[in-house]
Amino acid sequence: MLTTHALVLAIMLFCIGLVGLLSRRNILYMLLSLEIMLNAASLAFIAGGARWGQADGEIMFLFILTLAAAEVSVALGIVLQLSYRFKTLDADAFSEMKG
Amino acid sequence: MEVLFYIAAVVTLVATVRVITHVHAVHALLYLVVALIALALIFYLLGAQFAAALEIIIYGGAIMVLFIFVVMLLGPLAVEQEKSWLTPGTWVGPSVLALVLLGEVGYLIAAGDHLPIDVMETRRKGISIVLYGPYIIGVELASMLLLPGLIGAYHLGRRVSKEPR
Amino acid sequence: MLRLLWLIPALPLAGFLVLALFGGRFSRRQIVWVGCGSVGTAALVTALVGADFLRGFPDRPSYHQTLWNWIDTSGMTVGVSWYLDALSLLMVAVITGIGFLIHLYSVEYMSGDDGYARFFAYMNLFLAAMLTLVLADNLPLLYLGWEGVGLCSYLLIGFWYREPEYGAAAQKAFIVTRIGDTAFAVGLFILFTQLKSLSIQQVQTLAADAWPVGSNLAVIVAVLFLAGAVGKSAQLPLQVWLPDAMAGPTPVSALIHAATMVTAGVYLIARMHRLFELAPPVLEAVAVIGLLTLLLAACSALVQRDIKRALAYSTMSQIGYMFLALGVGAWSAALFHFLTHSCFKALLFLAAGSVIHSLRHEQDIFRMGGLRRQLPLTFWTFLIGAAAMSGVPFITSGFYSKDWILWSAWSSPLSHRWIWFGALLGTLLTGLYSFRLIFRVFFGEVRTPPSGAPGVAMLVPLVVLAFFAVTVGFLELPRTLGDLPLFSQYLSHVLPTIETIPGMDESVEAHEQIAVTCSALLGIGLAAVLFLPRANVADRLAGTSLGRTLLPFWQGGWGFDRMYDGLIVRPWLHLTRESGEIIDRCYESLVVAAESFHGWLSRTQTGHVRWYAATVAVGALVLLGLFAM
Repeated sequence: MLTTHALVLAIMLFCIGLVGLLSRRNILYMLLSLEIMLNAASLAFIAGGARWGQADGEIMFLFILTLAAAEVSVALGIVLQLSYRFKTLDADAFSEMKG
Repeated sequence: MEVLFYIAAVVTLVATVRVITHVHAVHALLYLVVALIALALIFYLLGAQFAAALEIIIYGGAIMVLFIFVVMLLGPLAVEQEKSWLTPGTWVGPSVLALVLLGEVGYLIAAGDHLPIDVMETRRKGISIVLYGPYIIGVELASMLLLPGLIGAYHLGRRVSKEPR
Repeated sequence: MLRLLWLIPALPLAGFLVLALFGGRFSRRQIVWVGCGSVGTAALVTALVGADFLRGFPDRPSYHQTLWNWIDTSGMTVGVSWYLDALSLLMVAVITGIGFLIHLYSVEYMSGDDGYARFFAYMNLFLAAMLTLVLADNLPLLYLGWEGVGLCSYLLIGFWYREPEYGAAAQKAFIVTRIGDTAFAVGLFILFTQLKSLSIQQVQTLAADAWPVGSNLAVIVAVLFLAGAVGKSAQLPLQVWLPDAMAGPTPVSALIHAATMVTAGVYLIARMHRLFELAPPVLEAVAVIGLLTLLLAACSALVQRDIKRALAYSTMSQIGYMFLALGVGAWSAALFHFLTHSCFKALLFLAAGSVIHSLRHEQDIFRMGGLRRQLPLTFWTFLIGAAAMSGVPFITSGFYSKDWILWSAWSSPLSHRWIWFGALLGTLLTGLYSFRLIFRVFFGEVRTPPSGAPGVAMLVPLVVLAFFAVTVGFLELPRTLGDLPLFSQYLSHVLPTIETIPGMDESVEAHEQIAVTCSALLGIGLAAVLFLPRANVADRLAGTSLGRTLLPFWQGGWGFDRMYDGLIVRPWLHLTRESGEIIDRCYESLVVAAESFHGWLSRTQTGHVRWYAATVAVGALVLLGLFAM
């Protein structure tokens, strides 16, 4: 039952992250919410790996970790750049790509 | 064991909720660190000790430190503005969306099979063997991802040019 | 040595690549070394390979070399593979030998031109394509060379691209030959779908097994191939491009539009002779086309003012002879005439080029005259060329080759008597128009004084070609004159020897030869009467009412241009202009639809990152919902 409950916890974390992503306007908080969602995904993988006794779950976690590291480094660079140029962290202010 | 899991789960949930609702960036980060540590405990309880260690070292350590640096670089953040943005109305839409998602996935989990077998420990050696065996291409891809990440962070992080394009 | 065969097309190709990539940075001397050197080396390699091939010749009639697989899909394998036999060796020897001489000639002829590197690059590419054409082992590779020479012909006709007229001439040549090329391609497709093979040797064996003589498919394929040959060799009804093709530099006219490329059609028919033998009506059509072309072109050649156009019409006429020979089954005779024609026609063009060069690009023969004393060597070589073309008996090569063709037209069971009479009339006209040029250009009073004699690089090819224009004919002496059938024996391993109808013995042949000789000499004599400046009968003839109607008609090549213009070009242009409205509206509505869709979709692109995240989440929800159901 533990793994099933871990899956439930994972989807709950994911939903909280999604709410954060959609409701916060500050781009820094949006990044934090993304981290939460990534963590939720890794929890799901770990739970799956534990359920079947396979190493693949942890390997997926490693990949997600790598992905998160790369994503955070680039995203934070973008955040810095945006704050220099627009003097704000309001995600709705950056709508220059409007179609 | 079970008790530990549920305590950690509650801590994670509460800390995470505080992350997305807090108006002080540094406080939110600290809550996130708490959540990550609690999650690491859950990983440990699920038999993934290696993942638990990495969660604390890389997530709780390296990545969070990056965030803190950036928060410091950004200078004083407008807490009042954060507060003005966080009206109750902003929460409604996303929460509905998230609840529907929760319901759907919860239903899928509940509809799944419930075998009594529980946590099965994987051996550390097994991870390495699989990682550098069938997943070697993934390792290569990860390295290819990290290199542009490095270059991108370097390029974007510079304080640039007086005239923005 | 035979293994070096691949070098023969590869060397000019390498020359082309080097000149195309680095030609702009080379000095003139370097360009000459690369451009001429590659062709000269190819000619040397040809000599080595040829010597090796001939050493083991009758026992080993062909040599096959595969380099790599070009196309390899299910059911079709096309290799880059070369096939050397007596026929292709003959072609390769002529192409590289005469090609080298003409390159040498161009060194001086083109020396004042800005596009020096470009010229040699195109010429090298042409030789590479032409050699691919004649050495190809399979039809797609042959077609590659076929299109390659067409491209080079286009590039070189329009070499002086700043003149819009020359560009138009290049386009005309390209489009008219395209008609034939398309037919040829369709023929290839039919052959492949029916026989599942594209190897030249194999496909003909299969065709001979699968199709009885005169069957529909054989006739259709042969007609399509004939259309390709007719387009490339400027025969009726696709002959209109060749006179205009003289817009290119004179060495180009000599190499491409006289000596080599235009005979590709002859080569194709000879190469595919087993297929054509399955279709007797098409073979007869080949003879008739050849006869008609040779007569019409001869009449046109008689009245041209431009020396190069006159030579162009004479080329069409001489290729008409080759087609005639192919049509009556005298394969070797056609190839023999190809050999002699390449020598004397290249000689004539180069000599004409030397006249044009000396007169500062004057091409009108009515402004020439009396050049006999000013340009003696050019005069003598031109005289040899003209004599060979008109078939002056015993001493010129043209006599032997044309006599062979005419004898075949008389004695072959595939021929008719009227074909022979037509060809006989052709010899008279040939003598007439060849010596008209001589008398107009080299006799009489000096109208334009030459600005200087040609140099060594131009004279050497002239002398060498003049030597060959005389001596090449001795490779095949008829029964009545020495009986030395070297050439026909050489080709008999590839091409079937001609049958004769019974009763054609030596005395008949001697009588026939006397008739031909008299006709040629009569033509030359008539030319002396008509065109020698003192007599000047021709001008008076042109003044009569008949002359006034015929002259412009013949000058314009029997009105074919005007006919095609009225029948095809104008209606087509009219149609495009009229139907343009309707078709444009279709496309406009497409644009309007695309624009409205674009506006519709672009409204979803709000630029707000949270909006995108929300849409992704909704998409995930929908997918999960589908999964949960």
